[in-house]
Amino acid sequence: MSDATLPAAGLAAPRRLGHAGFWLATAAVAAALLLALRGIGSEYAYFALTIVLQYVVLATAWNILGGYAGYVNFGAAAFFAAGAYATVAFGKAMGLGLLPCIGLAGLVGGALGFGTGVLTLRLRGAYFAIATLCLSVVLQTIVVNWSYVGGSRGAYVLRPREVPWPFDTYSAYLCAVLVVLAAASVAIARTIETSRLGLGLAALRDDEAAAEATGVPTLRLKLVATSVSGAMMAVAGAPLPYIGSYVEPGSAFGLAYAVNAIAMPLIGGTSSWAGPLIGAVLLSSLQQAATVTISSAANLLIVGVLLVVFVCAAPHGIIGLFRGRR
Amino acid sequence: MDPDLVLLLNGVVSGLLLGGLYAAAAAGLSVSFGMLDVVNIAHPAFMVLGALLVALLWGATGIDPLVLSVLLTPAFWALGAALYVAYHHFFERRGDEAIQGLAFFFGVMFIIEVGLVLTVGPDQHFADASYANTTWRIGEVDLPLRMLVPALLALSAIAGLSLFLRRTFTGRAIAAVAQDREALRLLAINPVRIKRLAFGISIAFAALAGGALVVVQPVDAWSGHVFIGRVFAIVIMGGLSSLGGCVLAALAFGVLENVTATFYGPSWSPAVAFGCLLLVLAVRPQGLFGRAA
Amino acid sequence: MQGISRRGIGRLALAAAAPMTVPATARAQAAPSGPPIRIGYSMSLSGGLAPNGRPALTAHKIWAEDVNGRGGLLGRPVELVNYDDQSTGAQVPGIYTKLIDVDKVDLVVSGYATAIIAPAMPVVMQRNMTFVSLFGTGVNADFKYDRYFSVNCTGSKVKETFAKGFMDIAMAMDPKPRTIALVNLDSDFHQRTAESARFLAKELGLRIVYDRAYPPSTVDFGPIIRSVAAARPDIVFAGSYPPDTAGLLRAASEQRVNFQMMGGPMIGPHATAQKLQLGPILNNLVVWDVYAPEPTLQFPGTKELIERYQPIAARENTDALGYYVPPMAYAQMQVLEQAVKRVGRIDQAALAADMHANQFDTVIGPLRFDALGEWTEERNLYTQYQGVQGNGIDQFKRTGTQVVLYPPRYKSGDLRKPYTAGA
Repeated sequence: MSDATLPAAGLAAPRRLGHAGFWLATAAVAAALLLALRGIGSEYAYFALTIVLQYVVLATAWNILGGYAGYVNFGAAAFFAAGAYATVAFGKAMGLGLLPCIGLAGLVGGALGFGTGVLTLRLRGAYFAIATLCLSVVLQTIVVNWSYVGGSRGAYVLRPREVPWPFDTYSAYLCAVLVVLAAASVAIARTIETSRLGLGLAALRDDEAAAEATGVPTLRLKLVATSVSGAMMAVAGAPLPYIGSYVEPGSAFGLAYAVNAIAMPLIGGTSSWAGPLIGAVLLSSLQQAATVTISSAANLLIVGVLLVVFVCAAPHGIIGLFRGRR
Repeated sequence: MDPDLVLLLNGVVSGLLLGGLYAAAAAGLSVSFGMLDVVNIAHPAFMVLGALLVALLWGATGIDPLVLSVLLTPAFWALGAALYVAYHHFFERRGDEAIQGLAFFFGVMFIIEVGLVLTVGPDQHFADASYANTTWRIGEVDLPLRMLVPALLALSAIAGLSLFLRRTFTGRAIAAVAQDREALRLLAINPVRIKRLAFGISIAFAALAGGALVVVQPVDAWSGHVFIGRVFAIVIMGGLSSLGGCVLAALAFGVLENVTATFYGPSWSPAVAFGCLLLVLAVRPQGLFGRAA
Repeated sequence: MQGISRRGIGRLALAAAAPMTVPATARAQAAPSGPPIRIGYSMSLSGGLAPNGRPALTAHKIWAEDVNGRGGLLGRPVELVNYDDQSTGAQVPGIYTKLIDVDKVDLVVSGYATAIIAPAMPVVMQRNMTFVSLFGTGVNADFKYDRYFSVNCTGSKVKETFAKGFMDIAMAMDPKPRTIALVNLDSDFHQRTAESARFLAKELGLRIVYDRAYPPSTVDFGPIIRSVAAARPDIVFAGSYPPDTAGLLRAASEQRVNFQMMGGPMIGPHATAQKLQLGPILNNLVVWDVYAPEPTLQFPGTKELIERYQPIAARENTDALGYYVPPMAYAQMQVLEQAVKRVGRIDQAALAADMHANQFDTVIGPLRFDALGEWTEERNLYTQYQGVQGNGIDQFKRTGTQVVLYPPRYKSGDLRKPYTAGA
């Protein structure tokens, strides 16, 4: 499968690469992936990859707050849906296309993340997790009651007739957009991880009180992390209306997004940017494959069982397994 | 009587009864999450497991659903104890309980739900209690037994648990375990054994809540989702380790929901309730009825 | 699922050998030969839509066996290829791309309900495939795809026609009602139905004394029914899905409401389990439905379908009676079958043209499609449960338990009023 090239290339990248070098490397991987796709040229491959990459963005975004800073966000679906509905709303209000909508969705998600951060400044651990869960419920209620974006009826977003150059189909274009988004989010995560911000977040995760005592600006760091993470999750959700042509609150706020956003980084390993990438590629490819092979309720079990097995047997994820062996 | 007053009165009373159901669902969590610090997000899923088992057993035997749920409690206690042993072995012992533990229960929730779909099917299941079609009427106020009996059972079970926690040595040890594990060791009590016992109790309460739920409404494998937010909200609003606070919060939650539904339309009632929780968390994280940390 | 459908084909030989399940004429037919005609679709076999998705699949399988027993379609055997979409719209585009690009299916149909049909539309439209859908409401209003055909009896003028039967029955009462209350679940289908009731009530000069939607997470329906009753409406039009229907009706019974008429699209007693649970509470409820086992609704093949469905349902633990989705799902395939037979080859454009031009005779009666692919003549049934006693299943198989009040051409009984506890 073509998408397996992504993590392999990522892992092979030298560990001490500078920021610029890493960005270039991801750009190269993204470009190679796009070319490989053109070679395959199957609509189904485009589609499957689009979904997988959407999860790569979502899982990477979750990990910035969950993995680096240790704040578990149960409300990933809320941010994801906020992105999707930003596309619907801005598309309808200003007639904007996909790309500007993605940008605006990022802003909306960032603002939402910032708001969550402000509201939950004093909350730690499980309290924060519950608060995000509630946020998800409140946001869903608002969307359900907001008839401009379709309310509980859902909204139709028709794909434009013309496909941007040089793509032959809209699915190919969507897939390319997501390749870029995924590459960018992995690069952002890696940049954060190796910067002072990442160190600060790690200090936050290990002992917030001690970090604060030693002069780490915990409040500011936390706000930055919630905003960046929220913005990226919304970006992951922004293309959703174009993928399905139809969004309704029930599926946009679906529990599957919340579960996967948590399960993927944990299975991959939360300490590094490669973890969510590996987890997302592995788990969502598996789900895609299971949908068309096992095709019964049993394929939902995969996520649950894998998650439980991994957190029990390999608490540091797949990355942890490799590091442990070394 | 003034019709608006009658509506308000009935809204409050039905809210209290609904609150009884919420209390049943939240009490177990108040023990596991509040006292033991085990964030069991799968608690509502265990409740649904209990509800569906009750429905199946009711179909086979015709025994009253609430009686069945009481009969199920030992099995659920054992299940909970076993789950805690696994949880302790993999997470608490390693000190990983924060993120890994949360994810573990998330996975358990998924496994329970899908397992239920695979075994009992996606359809709704129900169990009828003999009193489910009776309504007592006091003046202008209705008391449907379908809501009243489960609420009473839940409240008396919670009262029993509260007595147990206050009056017995083991009970006090449970209340103490979350606060100071080392102190318990000094008293030659094994905190792991105490926590295992307590976690078993919390899951046993899920079985009771399941029985109450299936009397109130038909249940399918996903019925628990509606309750996840609500029960956590209640436990936090109640101030975590306080069972009394939990019951008060549950009743307040029910009343708030039903009065909103009566006067302002039902579509806003979940937002009102959760909005309150967000405010409580932002302003007074120790809960409405909790002591300052 | 492919495995199961192959087994289904394997069962053909058995089916052909068992004369009682195959019409006499079929035995003379030659066994189908050649490469199979593959029909692809996604179906909700898990998740919230599964209680209706699984009976639909069972009906499809019965259809495939029937067709193959009659010598197949165009002499070729029919093969069903379907995947579980887990009731999640996001899975659907992927499933249809896979079906069309990788599995190379010859024909596509839809899974159950709007949330699953709509996400399939762009994929199907891109390949210009003819698409017969099941239980979708207003899906094609935005897409305007000329090869879309809907097997759902609501027709294209939902606002003007959906609640018409209910209102006609109500206005024929003596004395005429003057006030109405509207309650509905906040969902796509029920917003549309409530809109229709609101529109018609205004037209008829009925005063709307309560008009509110409730969210899907509602647990206690007592306050809603109480507010409705406090508004003192003559009639109540309610739109709900299974868990809430039970909640609403139980609350109504507990509060001993007394309305001249109550009902509407209260989806719930359509599922057998809920019929049995609610029992006498259903008496005098006027429910929107798509089929009822009444003598006026017997069409060629209806009885045989139900008789074959029920034992399979008992075995597979799906909806026991199968009056709601299975006849519609079977009709969905019949539309496809009859069009393919008339056209004589698999040609998407010709199939669509045929479907626009001709009438189809199905197990739910004759039907015809308009330009948007909806039925030219809507057929919203309004039925009333009468004389239900206890919670036994057999009474629901008898005629006269769920009588048809509307439309007049299928009428099989008279309205009983009022709706009240213990009626």
